[in-house]
Amino acid sequence: MLTVVTFLPLLACAVLALLPRAVRVPDRVCSWVWIATAAADLALVVAVWVRFDPHGGLQYEQRARWMPGAGVSYHVGVDGLSLPLIAMVCVLFLAAAVHMLRETRRVRALACLFLFLQTVSVGLFVALDLILFFVFFDLSIVGMYFVIAGWGHGERARAAALKFFLYTFVGSLALLLGFIGLYLAADPHTFDLVELTRSNPLAGQGLYAGLVLLAVGAGLAVKTPTVPLHTWLPPAHTEAPAAGSAILAGVLLKMGTYGFVRIAMPLLPGSWRQYAPVFVVVGVVSVVYGALVALAQTDLKRMIAYTSVNHMGYVVLAIGAAGSLAGSDAQARSLAVTGAVVQMVSHGLLTGALFLLTGVLYDRGGTYALDAYSGLAAHTPRFAAATGIAAFASLGIPGFSGFIAEFQIFTGSLASQAAATGVALLGILLSAALFLRALRSLFLGPPRLPAGIPLSGLADLRTREAAATYPLLALALVIGVLPRFLLDVVEPAGRSVTELVAR
Amino acid sequence: MNENVAALLPETFLAAAAVCGLLAGSWLPRNRQWAVAALAATACLAGIVATGHTMATGREQTVFDTTFAVDAPTNAGRLTVLMALLLVVAMSAESLRGHKRESEYYVLLLLTGTGTLVLIGADDLLTLFAGYLLASVPAYALAAFAKDAPGTEAALKYYLLGALLGTVMLAGVTLLYAAAGATGYRTLRDGLPGADPALVAAGLVAVLAGLLFKAGAVPAHFWVPDVTEGAAPPVAAYVTTLPKIGALIAGYRLLHQALPGTGIDWPLLLAVLAAASMTWGNLAAFFQTDTKRLLAYSTISQIGYLLMALSVATRTDLAQRALLLYLAAYALTNLGAFAVVTALPQARSLDDYRGLAGQRPGLAAVLLVCLLGLVGTPPTGVFLGKLEIFTAAVDGGRPWLAALAVANTVASLFYYLRWLAPVFRSGSAQQHAVTGRVTVGTAYVAGTGSLLLGLAGGAVLPLTTGPLLG
Repeated sequence: MLTVVTFLPLLACAVLALLPRAVRVPDRVCSWVWIATAAADLALVVAVWVRFDPHGGLQYEQRARWMPGAGVSYHVGVDGLSLPLIAMVCVLFLAAAVHMLRETRRVRALACLFLFLQTVSVGLFVALDLILFFVFFDLSIVGMYFVIAGWGHGERARAAALKFFLYTFVGSLALLLGFIGLYLAADPHTFDLVELTRSNPLAGQGLYAGLVLLAVGAGLAVKTPTVPLHTWLPPAHTEAPAAGSAILAGVLLKMGTYGFVRIAMPLLPGSWRQYAPVFVVVGVVSVVYGALVALAQTDLKRMIAYTSVNHMGYVVLAIGAAGSLAGSDAQARSLAVTGAVVQMVSHGLLTGALFLLTGVLYDRGGTYALDAYSGLAAHTPRFAAATGIAAFASLGIPGFSGFIAEFQIFTGSLASQAAATGVALLGILLSAALFLRALRSLFLGPPRLPAGIPLSGLADLRTREAAATYPLLALALVIGVLPRFLLDVVEPAGRSVTELVAR
Repeated sequence: MNENVAALLPETFLAAAAVCGLLAGSWLPRNRQWAVAALAATACLAGIVATGHTMATGREQTVFDTTFAVDAPTNAGRLTVLMALLLVVAMSAESLRGHKRESEYYVLLLLTGTGTLVLIGADDLLTLFAGYLLASVPAYALAAFAKDAPGTEAALKYYLLGALLGTVMLAGVTLLYAAAGATGYRTLRDGLPGADPALVAAGLVAVLAGLLFKAGAVPAHFWVPDVTEGAAPPVAAYVTTLPKIGALIAGYRLLHQALPGTGIDWPLLLAVLAAASMTWGNLAAFFQTDTKRLLAYSTISQIGYLLMALSVATRTDLAQRALLLYLAAYALTNLGAFAVVTALPQARSLDDYRGLAGQRPGLAAVLLVCLLGLVGTPPTGVFLGKLEIFTAAVDGGRPWLAALAVANTVASLFYYLRWLAPVFRSGSAQQHAVTGRVTVGTAYVAGTGSLLLGLAGGAVLPLTTGPLLG
């Protein structure tokens, strides 16, 4: 079942790509194939969710021999940590597909690339083998490179794509070294996550375990990204097309944080506990620094990019706090992990929506500069409302998913890391300030657009744009008001991660 | 004494095909000389079948007074060499069609292929040197085959360096013989630990000099860029691929079989050579604008990764399978890249590849797979090879080398992407004329093979394990 979910988009991609060039496939057909595939994949994930037993641990497991000699197997499965993320990934890819419905530049290649990326993203979250994880991790970089370089904004996009590739590839190779370290420590040698979790091969290994954690942590931290490894993020986001940014922020950043929860914490519990303060500090610095730099931006897309650093900082803080046994009880730690997972889902939906909306803005005005626009609310009420809702939800207003996540993170972290949590709370204040400032500048005051563009022709959110964005916001609202359906799935998994870290 | 000639069937096939090709070429009319190409391909296929039969029936043995070993590395190496030779023949077929020395070309190719096979199985210093000569001399002629100025210069450089280092190698053989009183690896293994360490060290370094020349590793790499650039693309594909397979397996066997007990710190020496090779090749490749020169420097850096396996040859059981797997993957991937270069004779600089993806998506896809493969991006074969090599290096107590290799991998990304970027850029009206269907097909086969080796590595890995004999 999971194999089908994972490879269905790739199958559609192959069909599109391998059609002979003589067959001129109209762009509309490509778009609809893309949307239909994404929708079918989402339907499959919903089916998986419906039959999922929250207390059953890993489910839908599939295991096949791949390279037995090298300790590598094709092993997939879902639990409460990965299932919500897979669902979020499929929702976001469907939204991106709908948003790109009117794209005119090389649609077939674009559809192929996004379908490929969807396979890679889903595959990463279901992978239960380190090499399988790594394969998808690396391929996501390749896919996103071509999205940014091919459909971004000109020459600068290629530079940004190269920077993105180099940075994250360095990270992925550090990750590979860490994986090799884990593999060699296990007896018999294996890359299987479940077996490694069970045997905990690096228990009591001291420096060796510390180095492995350093390699794995550095690799994931680049992808997350956390300060000071975040410098690739703003240019990549700014130059990517809207749907690419949405996927980059919504899905690819989660690969880093998910890796922490799925690999670093359960496989290296001793070292994680030992170095948890490092992660707490990195998390808090990312929260405050990300928010401060976002506040200083004059470019809307860059600003949102930096808020991602801030939001991912909360996640890193929470998982760091979950490794601090002193001064906290199991319930608080499990709450922090649950909050971290909910934050991943929530950030995916909300930042995805925000980036799609900035794409709308660029479509109308040709620039992301905040001071080029003002008073748009009068002419584009739906766009203004959607952006406003997304911004408020993103800064953590109650009633939306962000609030649930941040509330859990702060409550769970406060017990053991009171000072750090106190500082991180400042991040909320700062993001409130920066979002309000952006909203005011864009939507209030006398109406104005960048020079040369008449206000009279300004169109509000079109149907396809609304169809891509509204569901994301609606989902964030549902999670904010009725979070039980999500928390029921996440909480048991969060508890088991906490137990694994504490052993 | 085992004198089973049947154990040497693949070598015999190639040599016999060379002789028959030479004879046939002298009376075949020029428009029928393609028959020699077909003969060469048949010999390769027959060799693959024979090797497969040896592997399936477990007929591993040492022959001729243990001067030649037929064991797992030999068989894996034979498969790789013969498969690579087949690809080279296929990609040469169209560009050499009707050439006035067409049959001679294939004869030379077959002879140097035979030499490479001898290198792989050599279990005796004199056999090793014979293989060296047989693999080298026809290759000099191949480098100058076009008889043009760049080719002649390349061949001269290739020949002078090869003659010099060949002589040094022969001197090394003499020194090791003086130290242990024999040339067979088995006798060396017993005799060398008691010999004068300075003598052994000097002899080893001198023998390695010849092998490093064949492999194109630092510091014997000076010929690589010139020959790769000056020779015809299929020949360039040949010299950057096949001799390496022979030299590295021969080096592995020599280090593993003859020198384990000596006090010489050759693992460190090879680790340093590996580090120097990968780093130097990468740095020099950075700003190359000619595709063939870029591939030449890339191959110098790839040798660095391969030498990592040699540096831990006796320290971990993983070294052998890492080496053999990486060699097979590298051969497929490198030949795939060269097949694309051969298929597009008008494109010389990186910029000439502009817009390839729009006009020839198939070739662009092969180039994407091969170049990202050379970087080591999953799921290609080289990724698997790199994974194994890094694992072997860490397991063999050289984590610093693995870390350096990782840093180099990242650096290499830069120049491979410099090539890929124009491929996927649109806007050029340049026509990409291709050599012909067979060459393009070769590119597809090599690219697919490189990818399949990564996906189906589990099926290939068992072929690479087995004890060294002799």
